[in-house]
Amino acid sequence: MGTATFKGGIHPSDKKELAANSPITDAKAPKIVVIPLTQHIGAPCNAVVTIGQEVKKGQVVGEASAFVSSPVHSSVSGKVVAIGEFPNAMGRMINSVVIENDGKEEWTALKDNPDYMSLSPEELKEKVKAAGIVGMGGAAFPTSVKLSPPKEKTIDAVLINGAECEPYLTADYRLMLEKPKEVVEGLKVLMKILGVQKGYIGIEDNKPDAIAKMNEAAAGDASISVITCEVKYPQGAEKMLIKALLGREVPPRALPMDVGVVVQNVGTALAIFEAARYGKPLIERVVTVTGEGIREPRNLMVRVGTKVGDLIDECGGFSKGVGKVISGGPMMGFALSSLDVAVTKGTSGILVMPEEIVDHAEAFGPCIRCSRCIDICPMGLMPSMLSVLSEKGFYEEAKEYNLFDCFECGSCAFVCPSKRPIVQLVRLAKSMVKP
Amino acid sequence: MESTKKEQLIVSVSPHIKSDETTSRIMWTVSLALMPAMLSGLYFFGLKALFITALSIVSCMVFEQWYLKMVGKTSVLSDGSGFLTGLLLGMNMPASLWSFSPFTVHIPVIASFFAIVITKQLFGGLGYNVFNPALIGRAFALISWPKAMTIWNEPTAAFLAMDAKTTATPLGILKEEGLSKLIEVFGDKMNLYMHLLTGNRAGSIGETSAIAILIGGLFLLYKKYISWHIPVSFLATAALMAWIFGGKEGLFQGDPIVHLISGGMMLGAWFMATDYVTSPSVRNGQILFGIGCGFLTMIIRLKGGFPEGVMFAILIMNCFAPLIDRGFKAKVFGAVKQPKVKEAK
Repeated sequence: MGTATFKGGIHPSDKKELAANSPITDAKAPKIVVIPLTQHIGAPCNAVVTIGQEVKKGQVVGEASAFVSSPVHSSVSGKVVAIGEFPNAMGRMINSVVIENDGKEEWTALKDNPDYMSLSPEELKEKVKAAGIVGMGGAAFPTSVKLSPPKEKTIDAVLINGAECEPYLTADYRLMLEKPKEVVEGLKVLMKILGVQKGYIGIEDNKPDAIAKMNEAAAGDASISVITCEVKYPQGAEKMLIKALLGREVPPRALPMDVGVVVQNVGTALAIFEAARYGKPLIERVVTVTGEGIREPRNLMVRVGTKVGDLIDECGGFSKGVGKVISGGPMMGFALSSLDVAVTKGTSGILVMPEEIVDHAEAFGPCIRCSRCIDICPMGLMPSMLSVLSEKGFYEEAKEYNLFDCFECGSCAFVCPSKRPIVQLVRLAKSMVKP
Repeated sequence: MESTKKEQLIVSVSPHIKSDETTSRIMWTVSLALMPAMLSGLYFFGLKALFITALSIVSCMVFEQWYLKMVGKTSVLSDGSGFLTGLLLGMNMPASLWSFSPFTVHIPVIASFFAIVITKQLFGGLGYNVFNPALIGRAFALISWPKAMTIWNEPTAAFLAMDAKTTATPLGILKEEGLSKLIEVFGDKMNLYMHLLTGNRAGSIGETSAIAILIGGLFLLYKKYISWHIPVSFLATAALMAWIFGGKEGLFQGDPIVHLISGGMMLGAWFMATDYVTSPSVRNGQILFGIGCGFLTMIIRLKGGFPEGVMFAILIMNCFAPLIDRGFKAKVFGAVKQPKVKEAK
């Protein structure tokens, strides 16, 4: 039997060997954390602490202000020293709470509840929401919202996304190796909340040991299947994963729930388990600090709010002249302008590219209509046309070419022989017209 | 900490990694794939073939630089597209043009001007031209100097020979006197096929050896520089038409093989119709494009005034490429079989 996959996609060199063999270790406790009140898609949180206030680890510092929102918690015990605007990875100014770590590591009361599976779906969902869990694959969509489909949508499958198709990143891989049982338990909690009988874990073929571990952890549970996916970017995109695992195509502009599916990332599954059992809020996550430009690539368990610069120092600093520091993976991550940016719930990796391999590419050529981008677009779009129309200012016309179905995976810009900044041109067009 | 803070970071949009494929590498690889056919042309038509091709290449590159300089655009010499146009143009001309009495050496130069300046640059340069520049250059030359462009040297395989005898092309014989005469000229059918496959026949410099062209075409296919869609649909349609309508004795009596490996069919299907810029970019549309090329080629060959129709067929289909792309827009993921409930009424 072949491996599950979708049509299109690309095969960049995965470079996972840099950090793959580094077990997850706790990052040094940061002296100071900057906790943004918006780390998710949706409404910002309202700060519920004041300057000078003592807070404990796990204490709520920002409350969800709307349905599509998610609370944030302190990742250290200590004192609030400032509340104000700090830049996030995309360079936007975000209202944030700054806490000085007193080093006491005092938790708010966490309760171990080994019998968590006997809780009702509503109670479990409430725990997920209270823990501030958001999608940890990068998009950071509030998980509780995904777990609250409208009544008319029947969900019949939960997918755990272990594809980790972004090159370089190994955070999910390490989690599957080191905490497979917990990930499976997280999946079971999800299935219970959604009343679903069938759970799937999709993992790319380049992680055979993770596949073996997950199979072992899920053994004896007929309701959970581990499925091997072809190594191909963007296999981990929700729509692509659903196609690969279940053969279902999410229609344009629709959501996975429209085809009866909820997808959650491996890290999210772990956070859900920890929230269900211990009531532990999402205050730390695995971050892969990697790239050719860092001395010791590692997978670190990092407190939310830790500055990127601290992580780079902890991994031995830059090994050669630094070019780019990217939050996330090389395909969809954001290049940082400052190392003072804080790690958030959605930060899957910090990638350091030395200057010698950074593609400056200020100049780009005309589209030569070679069809490469059309062949590989996982959404079946014509990126060539989108880029030309946007370049010439024909934004409305770009809509006829399904502009808004592009999720900016970057595969087109990767293969383009003329090095056209297709993603940038698509974003420009999207910003100029209404969907 | 201090040391890392001082670093100047580069900020740019994702993706941050790119494949190492470049436009110039594509152009130079296609040029490389043309080498077997070019060498075959040199073998059969000698130094004259080399001179004509070199003249076309140099003219195309000089005209391109001159034009870009004149309008204040940056030089694109390194992208190799001007070289490729010159190479294709030269390979699409008879070696007999290297003649000083009557003087016809200016023809490749003027054709190059038309190819590069009129067809390519005036339409916006690489990526924006509607028509295949090399083919427009050749069409212009054929219409302007119909006599000179249809003087065909006999393949001599004598490299330095400058005074080769002239003869008719196989397609010319086929058109005027029929298949039986053509077979008679070459001895027997097997001999005819062998001559057409190896390139030991009259014709344009680079079009005569079907095998040499096929080697280059398959190389491009293997390297994924072209896809099968255009060559296969082009050749299959032409073969079908030749078989059905090509015989003098009635339907289904034609010889498709002769048609496939004579004239510019192979060079056209593998190297001219597959030009990225002037063909559709959606794969299904490319099949329609190829069918159109094959159909028009055979209509011209069988019913038109010219013995050969590849060039005009491709140029006509070039006009339709943008329209075909519009009609065959790629299918958006999830667009069919929408399981949408009909609740909104």
